[in-house]
Amino acid sequence: MSSTATLAKTSAQNIWGGGKEPMKASYGKLMMWFFLLSDAFTFSAFLIAYGVVRFMHPAYEGSFDAFQFATSSEDLYWPIPEKVFNAFPFMHGIDMPLVFVGLMTFILILSSVTMVLAVEAGHRKSQKEVEKWMLWTVIGGIVFLGCQAWEWSHFIAGSDEGVIRDGLQIFGANLLENQYGPQLFADFFFFITGFHGLHVFSGVILNIVIFYNVVMGTYEKRGHYEMVEKVGLYWHFVDLVWVFVFTFFYLV
Amino acid sequence: MAQHDASLSQEEIKKANVKKIWTVAGILALVTTIEFILAFAWPDGMDRTMLNILFILLTLVKAFYIVAEFMHLKHEVKSLMWAVILPMAFLGWLLVALWKEGQEIVDAILAIFA
Repeated sequence: MSSTATLAKTSAQNIWGGGKEPMKASYGKLMMWFFLLSDAFTFSAFLIAYGVVRFMHPAYEGSFDAFQFATSSEDLYWPIPEKVFNAFPFMHGIDMPLVFVGLMTFILILSSVTMVLAVEAGHRKSQKEVEKWMLWTVIGGIVFLGCQAWEWSHFIAGSDEGVIRDGLQIFGANLLENQYGPQLFADFFFFITGFHGLHVFSGVILNIVIFYNVVMGTYEKRGHYEMVEKVGLYWHFVDLVWVFVFTFFYLV
Repeated sequence: MAQHDASLSQEEIKKANVKKIWTVAGILALVTTIEFILAFAWPDGMDRTMLNILFILLTLVKAFYIVAEFMHLKHEVKSLMWAVILPMAFLGWLLVALWKEGQEIVDAILAIFA
């Protein structure tokens, strides 16, 4: 390659020679893409590990409707997710499988939509519109975090009856015991949704910084709103991860 | 955003872009709703392998729309697109490797502890 490069020095062949943007994207945007790629590997490793561990445990055999949490450590089968995540705030005791996580999914998708709208407004350098949509995105992120906090507290507190396993009554789950089944199920729940929640939290902080800068006119002075785009990439990625977590942790 | 005719006004470009964004949002919402309905409508006792395959396919549909449209990757230069997509092949390998080795791990654990 090096020998041919010295022979023909047309601009097309020197596109990778430096001083140009061969991928038509700024340094910051490229690095955001490659950071997200590495982050995708991390999350995929978690979810694949979850799959492997799930296959290592006995599955529940029997009727879906008759499902109850494992009552003996001799036969500690993996729980059916929709029997674990079936509560909704202010609807105590009513069986609403997956409704709350479904709502959380919608909230995160919506906040992703407002983020694209902010990016779109940024292309037109419409400061007022970017402000509006960034604010909605921040609110969406905070609402999602609030939902996750509720979800966690419910998961930790457990159901009213708990479960009697090997003669001991257990309520909820933590890192030492788990009402819903194998200990690793609780561990993965805390780890995967926790790591995703940490990403949402960082995203909200970044979005607030961007919102502040938009309001202060920083990007107006700079002449472009590319920062909104870069943080937008991160925010969409957080939504993308949730789409996979929703499927592999809650649906399957 | 997407390429536009130079003759279009600011307002027209905005309208076209915003319409596109809400269309994608509608697709994402629709797919999530379908997943939801499937989760409940699936008859008790029926083999769930098919259902899980459907879930995964629908997830990939959603992932495509988020990455291609919201993250704009579909409209980037081809080299950037492939630089992001191709390394994902490693995940395919990780999946296959752990899938195949998973049973061996279980057997090893059982042989040692049981």
